[in-house]
Amino acid sequence: MSHATHAQGTHAAHAGHGGHDGHGAHGEGHPLVGHLVPAGTLVATALALLVLTAITVAVRYVDVGEFNIHIAIGIAVIKATLVALFFMHLRWDRPFNMLMFVACILFVVLMMAFCVMDTRQYANLQFVGNPPAVENVLKEKAPGAPVAKFTPYTP
Amino acid sequence: MSSITAEPASHGHAGAHDAHGHGAHGEHAHDPTLAHHFESHAQQFDSAKLGMWLFLATEVLFFGGLFVAYAVLRNRFPEVFSYASHYLDTTMGGVNTAVLIVSSLTMALAVRFAQVGKKGAMLLCLWLTLAGAAGFMVIKYFEYEHKIHAHLVWGTTFYVPPEGHTGAEESKALAAAPEPSAAGVTVADPTAPALPVLAALPAVDAPAIKPAARAPAGLATTHEMARAEGIKEHVSREQTEHQEKLHLEDRKLPPNTHLFFAVYYAMTGLHGVHVVVGGFMLAWLIWRGMRGDFGPKYYTPVDVGGLYWHIVDLVWIFLFPLFYLIH
Repeated sequence: MSHATHAQGTHAAHAGHGGHDGHGAHGEGHPLVGHLVPAGTLVATALALLVLTAITVAVRYVDVGEFNIHIAIGIAVIKATLVALFFMHLRWDRPFNMLMFVACILFVVLMMAFCVMDTRQYANLQFVGNPPAVENVLKEKAPGAPVAKFTPYTP
Repeated sequence: MSSITAEPASHGHAGAHDAHGHGAHGEHAHDPTLAHHFESHAQQFDSAKLGMWLFLATEVLFFGGLFVAYAVLRNRFPEVFSYASHYLDTTMGGVNTAVLIVSSLTMALAVRFAQVGKKGAMLLCLWLTLAGAAGFMVIKYFEYEHKIHAHLVWGTTFYVPPEGHTGAEESKALAAAPEPSAAGVTVADPTAPALPVLAALPAVDAPAIKPAARAPAGLATTHEMARAEGIKEHVSREQTEHQEKLHLEDRKLPPNTHLFFAVYYAMTGLHGVHVVVGGFMLAWLIWRGMRGDFGPKYYTPVDVGGLYWHIVDLVWIFLFPLFYLIH
């Protein structure tokens, strides 16, 4: 509240001028509302994001088996955290905003986890080969296309 | 939340806060940037941000359903995803990632310049962010245009040879002729074993081979027979022109590859819609900024608009490795 109260005083002092010319006098250290993030922090965040992007592209060409996807998602989570904390001001924001954001991401992950478990249980019994519509199109439009030869799914 | 419930209560107490609060209220009756139902600019700002974060939560759930679809399909068809990912242009996707990151930086700087009352710098940053939005969509357009032209799309269209590939289609039909050596045909030269067989047949017998070869109607006429001899040359010329081969000719193409493109267009398409909406939002912010609406006391639209723009960036941060960077 101290910021806001200070702001009202400044506003009263400049009320006669009209317009927005009073803003410059306020100084960079004391924004009236919200939190002022240093420009250097923002630029450093962007540079970190670009470096992490380069790393995630480079990792694509390294074969570490099933860990490729984990590394890619791990880097994406780090990048997303940087964006949320610094660009979106969550680091200085009211904790309730962070609570809402994190909670709804967790619920998406929960839904995803159960859907994937379900898929791994019996989806391979439901879909075998190409769907009938695809087979019809292949017969008519692209006879002899290699895709017509079905290879059984092995988990 | 705490401030919203706590501040009206503070009016009941006699204290230093009380005097401040009432004084502020009186002055703000004439302030066009403070709505009457808010105690202070800080409270107004916090309320707007709370509402925006609620909206962003619904956005996460909106995209969340598609991310679940992605997870289900990728778990069921891992070979499709590792195969089809290589049809996406990593360079274009990477450049687009950088474009969005830089535009997120300019958006965050625009908020900062609004906070310190530097109108010109704020407008410049908003313009740069808008340029980022436009640049992203231009690159995305070229990606989409190329894929749609090559029938790298969702649904059964994926299995229809695209226009301009009729020569390749005929050669494929010939390769499928009942010839034992057909299994050994390489993709680079699909017409090699079938053409001599076909050329050796008299023209009058040509209709008889049609059902067996399952060739398109009219291929086996005398006129088309002559054309068929030029197929080999035609195919190779076309391949050098396009510098790529048709996905239908690839023997490694797994079944249900069209599902990758279904979820690719659904997710990048919804994201693209958000970028376009963000572009209109930025234009509106620039218009209001030029009108002089924003300053240290009131920059809420810039801030919550920035939050929207950052979450668009945040979604792309996940889309890029999930589609473009599968090993």
